[in-house]
This record gives sequence, C-alpha cells and structure tokens, in this order.
Amino acid sequence: MATAAVTHGHPPTTTGLDHRKVAIWAFIGSECMLFASLISTYLIYKGRSVVGPFPHEACNPPLCATPLHAILNIPVTSISTFVLLMSSLTMVLALAAVENKGKPGYGGLFGSSRLWLMATAILGTTFLGFQAYEFTSFVNEGLTIRTNLFGSSFFTLTGFHGAHVTAGVLWLLTLFSIDMKRGLGPKDALLVDISALYWHFVDVVWVAIFTLVYLIH
Amino acid sequence: MATAAVSPAYAHTEESGKSGIWSWLTTVDHKRIGALYLYTALAWFAVGGLEALIMRIQLQGPNGHVVSAQRFNELFTMHGTTMIFLVIMPLSAAFFNFLVPLQIGARDVAFPRLNAFSYWVYLFGSLFMNSSWIFGMAPNGGWFGYAPLTTMPYSPGLNIDFWMLGLQILGVSSLAAAFNFITTIINMRAPGMNLMRMPIFTWMAFIVQFLLVLAFPVITIALVFLQFDRFFGTNFYTMTQGADPLLWQHLFWIFGHPEVYILILPAFGLVSEVLPTFSRKPLFGYPVMVYSGMLIAFLGFGVWAHHMFAVGMGPIADSVFSVTTMLIAIPTGVKIFNWIFTMWGGNLRFTVAMKFAITLVALFTIGGISGVMHASPPADLQQTDTYFIVAHFHYVLVAGSLMGLWAGIYYYFPKITGRMLSESLGNWHFWLAFIGINLTFMPMHWSGLYGMPRRIYTYDAGQGWDSYNLASSIGAYIQAVAWFLGFWNIWRSRRKGAIAGPNPWGAPSLEWSIPSPPPEYNFAAIPTVTSRYPLWELGSHGVPGGAVISDEDALKPNPTHIPTADELGIPIPYSTIKPLFVALFMTLMFGSLLLIHEDKLHLAVALVISFAFLMTLSLYAWLTSPLEPAHH
Repeated sequence: MATAAVTHGHPPTTTGLDHRKVAIWAFIGSECMLFASLISTYLIYKGRSVVGPFPHEACNPPLCATPLHAILNIPVTSISTFVLLMSSLTMVLALAAVENKGKPGYGGLFGSSRLWLMATAILGTTFLGFQAYEFTSFVNEGLTIRTNLFGSSFFTLTGFHGAHVTAGVLWLLTLFSIDMKRGLGPKDALLVDISALYWHFVDVVWVAIFTLVYLIH
Repeated sequence: MATAAVSPAYAHTEESGKSGIWSWLTTVDHKRIGALYLYTALAWFAVGGLEALIMRIQLQGPNGHVVSAQRFNELFTMHGTTMIFLVIMPLSAAFFNFLVPLQIGARDVAFPRLNAFSYWVYLFGSLFMNSSWIFGMAPNGGWFGYAPLTTMPYSPGLNIDFWMLGLQILGVSSLAAAFNFITTIINMRAPGMNLMRMPIFTWMAFIVQFLLVLAFPVITIALVFLQFDRFFGTNFYTMTQGADPLLWQHLFWIFGHPEVYILILPAFGLVSEVLPTFSRKPLFGYPVMVYSGMLIAFLGFGVWAHHMFAVGMGPIADSVFSVTTMLIAIPTGVKIFNWIFTMWGGNLRFTVAMKFAITLVALFTIGGISGVMHASPPADLQQTDTYFIVAHFHYVLVAGSLMGLWAGIYYYFPKITGRMLSESLGNWHFWLAFIGINLTFMPMHWSGLYGMPRRIYTYDAGQGWDSYNLASSIGAYIQAVAWFLGFWNIWRSRRKGAIAGPNPWGAPSLEWSIPSPPPEYNFAAIPTVTSRYPLWELGSHGVPGGAVISDEDALKPNPTHIPTADELGIPIPYSTIKPLFVALFMTLMFGSLLLIHEDKLHLAVALVISFAFLMTLSLYAWLTSPLEPAHH
C-alpha cells in the first residue's frame, strides 16, 4: 500500500462526476419505482369500478345519478401535455444559457438564463392550473377521490405527479431568485443541471401517464 | 502495553473541544453517526427482545394468560416491526456508516449532513411509533399489516395509524441513506480502489443500497393508499367497491422480499470480513461472492409471491414463483461453500467474532434449507401460518443476520471505540446465545408441523405442543441472559476494555491502517490501493496466496501523536443542528395526521401546514449554509 500526496482539500471524485449528479440519478431510479407502483395500481383497477363516473365510457343510471359522458377531457389535457413538453424545451435553453454564459455569440434572448428559468416555471404552473381546472370539473361532475376505484387511483396518481411538478416549480423559482441575486454562470451549471434532470423526469412520467390513462381505452 | 501515550476513545475529539451532548446532536461525522445508529439500535433490540420475552412467558405452558389477546397482538406486531426496522436495518446502517468510508479510503460520506438527517429521522420515527405504547394503542396488525384487515372498518383506533405513519417516516431515513451510500461508493473510492478491489462488506452494502432504492418506494405507495383509505375514505382496499384483496399483499411483498435480503446481505458482508482475517487466508472466490450477492439481489425481486401461495393464485403463478425461489438458493449456497473453503486449510483463530461468524454459516444454512422447503407450494400450504414459518425466519434473521451483526460488533468494536471487548465475557455471551437460539427456535419446527398456528395468544393442553413450547420458552430465557451479557460487555468495555492498536486482529483492509478510533479525517493522506488486501501484501511472507501478520504487527500501538485536521489542512464539515430540525419537523408533520382520527381535522391540517413550513424553512437554511470551510 502506498500513499498518494493528496492531503489538502478533497481528492477528485472517482467518476469525475459531482456527487449531486450521481445522487440525483439514484433518486430518479427510486422515483421510477414510485410511479411504477402508482401506474400499475391504476391499470389493475381500470374497469373494476362498480359505480360511475368512468374514464372512457358514458355512465347512465343506476350507476350514475344522472347520465354522464366519458369524464376524461382528452382535448384539454392534450393542451396541458403540450405545455409541459414545451417546459422541457425551455429547461434545456435555461441550462444552455447558464453553461454558456459569457461566451461570445451566446448573448441576447438565448443567453438569458433568467428568462428561460422563469419560462419553465410559468409553463409548469400553467400545467398545474390545467390540473386544478380538471380536478375541479371532475368534482363538479360527481367524481371525487372517494367515489369509486377510478376516482381513488386517478386522483392519487395524477395528484402525486402534480405534487412533483409543484416541487419542481419551487426548485426553479429558487434557482431564479439565486440568478436574480447574484447571477448564475458556468460554475453553477451543475445546480441547474440536476434540477433539469428532475424536471425532464417528471415530464417523461407525464408522457407515460397521458398515454396509459388518457389515450388508451 | 502503553496506556498514557495511546489515545483512549474519542480523546482526539475531546481535545478539540468537541464533546458533550451538543456535539452529538450536531455531528455530521460518519463515525459518530455510525456509533449513534449502533447504540440506538441496541436499545431497541432490548425493547424488541423484551416484547418477545413476554410472549414466550405467555406461551410457556397451555392456557397462559399473562397478557390479553389484544395486548398479545400488539406485542407480536411491535416485536416484528421493531426487530426488522428498528434493530437489524439500523445495525446494518451503523456498519454502513462507520465502515464504508473507511474501507474505500474516504474521509466521509458524499453528503455528511444528509447522513445526520437519516439518523435523526430514524430516531424520531422509532420514538414516534413506540410512543403508541404510552397511549395504549400499539400497532396490532402484524408487521406486514395486511389490508383490508388494517383498513378502518376492521381496525378502528390509532394503532394502525401509528404503524403506517411510523413506517413512512422510517422509509425516508432508509432512502436518504441509500442515495448517500450509492454516491459514496461510486464516487469516493481511493485511487486504485477499483470495484473488484473493494472489501466484500462494502460490496454487500452497495448492493443493499440498490435494493433499498428500488424496494422502498413500493411500500411507500402501498402505505400511501392505506393512509388515504383510512384518512380520506378512498377505496384502494375497499372490497365492496371492487378493490382487489391481494393488492396490498402484492405491493407489500414486492417490497418485503427484497427487504429480506436488505436484512441478510450486510451480515453476509461482515462475516466475509471476519472469516478471512481469522483464517489468515483471502476470501475464497471473491468475484463469485460479489456476483452471487448481485444475483441474490436481482432474483430477490422475482420471488415475492411465494409469501402468498395460500391465497390461491393458480398453478402457473405458483409454479413460476416456486422455481424462482428455488433458484435463489443457488447463489446463497455458493456463498456458504465459499465461506467453508475460506476456512479450509486456514490458520484458524477462534475469537468470539469468529465464533459468531461460523455460527452464521452453520445456522443460516438451516434457515435456508427450511426456506427452500416452503418454496414448494404443496409443502407451503401445510406450513404457512404455522410455527414452522416462525422457526424458519428466526433461523435466518436471528441465527443469520443477528449472529453476523454481532460478529461485526466484536470485530469492529476496537476500531469504533479504541478498546477491545472482553473475550471471556464474550465467550459466555456467545455460547449462551448459541444454546438459547437453538433451544428457542429448533422446537418451533415441530410445534409448527404439529399444527400450532402463528400469532395465537394462548392454546389448550393436549395438542402435542406443550413440551416444544416449554423448550422454546426456556431457550428464550437463556437468550435473555446471553444478550444481557453482550450489552454488559459493551457497556463495561467502553471504559475498561484493553486499549486497541490500529490493527489488533491483523486484518487486511484499509480501515485497519489508521489509529483506533480513527481521527476525524480518517486518513491523513488518501491511500493508493494496489490489491484487494492492502495490509497483507499477499505472498510477501512466503505464504502462497496467504499472509502472515506477526503478533508484533498486530499489537502495534496507536501513534503517540495524532495530528489534528487543522495541522494537516484537511477541511472538516461544520457541525450543524439543521438536519435534526428538518427530521424533527418532518416527524411532527406526519404525526399531526393522527389528529384526523380524533375528529380534529382543522387542527390537523393547520399543524401539518405549520410543520411543513418549518421543515421547508430548516431545509432552506441547511441548503444555503456552507458544508465546510472554503478550501485553501
């Protein structure tokens, strides 16, 4: 056994990656199992509700008090899905702006990390607004988290996703306020990088939810 | 042996003014956090053991009525929950914390403050769950908490609420620690420490972290469903609404079976450290030990439904899970043989640690064999819910995990405290535990096969179980004496044990190259590793494939002067109370949910929001404060 001359400060990491980058990937792996459990439960309970309203089928008395159309509003949710997908684009632009800050030819609109961080947060909030509208209209039509298996599994699954988006928005706003206070530059790229990984993950989960819950009958 | 010149336990921290309760509340040092885990888990071990003892007093003879049926339900639920989540997992965590950075040649874990947070969440979560005893409402649904039994109509009262909220809190601790250790092991290895040179304990720790990361979210969701059902009236486990009565069982065991390997693999790792040292031979088939650990973990995700053969899943599911369960016996058997071959032809030294380790090899095999027996569904239908199952899992958990963990305690105590545990007291401890364990759990095979069901609080005479139960109870009393001696040994040796040098056992890995106890910064200079057994430098003593450490080497005292971190210019993370506050507010936030069932919904909501706010505030304070002084 020999000893190297590293005594001061910290030795470089084994992989060359920052600890936080490794940790966020482990976290995302864990989150995959979290959403897999939620989505599986939704799919297992699909079609098993004994009373309406139902996601894709009309519901008539006696299963529903009044005749009701299929409750999922696919056109409206398609718009909110588009909004969330676009937020991934702005997130990429925000990271690029931070990484390339100060480089020649990277000024102006594309170089403004504040703009793109705020844009991502706003798009995320818009998505949450759509979700609030959706939840409210479902409750008005008689579907609550207590009504049937569909209500329980739907609200829990999409609610958990919404909570993740909310955490992401708070994270983005925190970065934005740091950016306003002292400016984010290439040195801080990692801070934005890990939030971007999280944000894209939450976005990808929504793609799975939109496909499995909304599009497939 | 020199005494004045050699530093006693934690002298170096006392010198630098870091002692007293406050220093323990604010510590972010992985070694001190490891010690906190160790002592806390041992305290819960005493509590969980007491619960078992009361049950054994009740079952000692027919028609025992020391406690009521209701109290008995609480006892077996809390005994199981305590031993699994508050004893064996945290004891493993104690070794992850203490050993992993030392074994890979690092100065701390990747996220020291997150590490402190994990410990405080564990402490507060365990206190929260056990506070249910004060209210006379201890959890009573079994450690597996089967829904719909645990839903409101069948389990009113706060008992189950304490259980599910407590487990949810403890899950946060395990997950946070798992992210931390995955990062530490991937990213903080000393130069030359490639994956296939890592000590086998670190390997098993690494594998266990992946099990935690992938298995815990599943029970988190199962518990969320249960919470929503109980608090908000959702229908996940409501059969009249069309719910699947097996949903909980599937989700629980998808977590629960990997959990079994979360409990045993760290002990396997410790034994794989102890056996080579006291055989003075390298571990036989190191790569195969690594691969079989991975294979056990991988297959562990595909066997969960063997816990559910009795529910009638049909021949196809039964066959598949039967085969995968039998498959998993192969890598486990490989490990057993590798340990035996490690000892074969070695220069064996029968220290107490070695005896505990050999006991794991021998007795875990018994538990493993009875395990393969109920891999066969027809046999399982006969054995399920009987004392045969109780015998099986106590052989793997007590005679397996706990024996391995105590081997680790005897082996690493000198490194943790700087003092040796007493070998003579240890021998009493070991032999009484060995006799007690076998006398307690071996007869349960027979009482089970003669039809004694699990979880019954009393039984009539004349069913052929009386003498087996008496034997089990006598065994439990012997165990009580044995474990007490173990505690006494630790208590006494902390102050009076012989002073340990850096490497009292003549062991091969990096943690034994530094003083005992290690200085705050672990390694004055980060070592460069060139072999799997850096302190043995294989073959240099003329023993082919083996090593001889002379007694002089082994008894070498600690250096007389251990420089401080300041002298060496090594940045040490600041102590901080913030992780404790985040953990405290998080526990209070979850705990406030109990008020929902006391018909105080508004108060509950107000408290949850307040504590969530305070938690977020503490979290921001933590994240915005620097970890350590700026580098020079």
